[in-house]
Amino acid sequence: MSFEGNVQRLEEIVAALEHDELPLDRALALFDEGVACLREAAAELARVESAVEVLRENASGVLRTTEFRG
Amino acid sequence: VATLTSATRDILEGSFPYVWVHGEVVGFKEHRSGHWYFTLKDADAQLRCVSWASERRAMLVAPDDGMAVVVRGQLTVYPARGDLQFRVLALQGVGDGLWRKAFEETRARLERDGLLAPQRKRGLPLFPRCVAVVTSTDGAALHDVVAVVRRRCPGTRVVAVPATVQGETATASIRRALARVARWGEADVVIVGRGGGGREDLWAFNDEGVARAIADMPMPVISAVGHEIDVTLCDLVADARAPTPSAAAEAAVPVLSDLVRRVRNEGTALTDAIAARLALARDRAGRARAGAERAARRLLERRAMVLRGVGGRLHALSPLATMARGFAVVTDREGRAIVRAASVSAGDELRLNFRDGAVVARAERIERGAAPADGAE
Repeated sequence: MSFEGNVQRLEEIVAALEHDELPLDRALALFDEGVACLREAAAELARVESAVEVLRENASGVLRTTEFRG
Repeated sequence: VATLTSATRDILEGSFPYVWVHGEVVGFKEHRSGHWYFTLKDADAQLRCVSWASERRAMLVAPDDGMAVVVRGQLTVYPARGDLQFRVLALQGVGDGLWRKAFEETRARLERDGLLAPQRKRGLPLFPRCVAVVTSTDGAALHDVVAVVRRRCPGTRVVAVPATVQGETATASIRRALARVARWGEADVVIVGRGGGGREDLWAFNDEGVARAIADMPMPVISAVGHEIDVTLCDLVADARAPTPSAAAEAAVPVLSDLVRRVRNEGTALTDAIAARLALARDRAGRARAGAERAARRLLERRAMVLRGVGGRLHALSPLATMARGFAVVTDREGRAIVRAASVSAGDELRLNFRDGAVVARAERIERGAAPADGAE
């Protein structure tokens, strides 16, 4: 799932846990799902900085990126 | 007549190089063939002009009467009429009259096709993995975008897509670059723009083809043309508009620390919520247990009460209680109870059992008949 999807789902889960009268087993299942979303979102945030790239097309129309040396 | 007019034409064409003439357009007519006929005038004089459709590439929009223009061309004679005539090869508006007209016409076409509708605008991604930047790799625009992305959200991939943004080749170049980004497909958001420059350099971003290419992009596009005053057609078609490439980059990527905080807060909220839910469950379980215990205690008490009642009655029936009142149980040597006088013979050994012990006795004689009312003491 995308970062946005994970954060959005997480928010839904928190809202459901906070406001809905869920049966305990359902609440625990949601919590597990929330932890998974949280883990994925946090992993996305830990992306490392990369070099600027430039998109070029070769003679046969193949697109490829190379490091940009401005 | 022909000889004279031809000679005049040759002299005129030979004596005047291509010149620029400034005037106001009047009597504009477009012929079915596409040729334009109009008169250029100022306060004191008039000049008949013609623009052949075949010679007119760069002038897409017809001027209206009253517009101030500058035309470039050649002074000649039209022999069939013997008129002085100016052959127009290029035409530019003075001020923004002509430019504005071209802009409005294109805008109306885009609007008619629904490309300017607000509901067409896509939201920008919260946290894009990859930002494509369609711009010149020489200008400051790319540098500015990279600087802002590095500062706000260093993990974002920035991919430059080189395009010429000024001059004759700009429109084709920008369209080609956009097509590449679309075909490549890895960008989550595209910034199209240039670093700055005068209004005359904006025209590529007012090109209908470029505007339509932006509208066709499969991912959101931020237009960053770098002109505060003029809105370009690209600005109108794009999903978001930024005054500068730096501002476009700020719109494209979030501040990482804000997102980190937000995710962390969600995490805290999640654990708090489940903790509250568990506390509630524990509370309920505790209450249920207390209830069960109370019920069990009540049950036990009731049983105990019943037992006490039964015990009382049993006690009343017990021979021990009778013995306590002064009776003794008579048994034979083997401990069998003797309840009738007839089962005893004189000389038999009898045991008289009291509460605190037994007395061994021997039967002297047997008397038949009812026992005395007050027992055998």
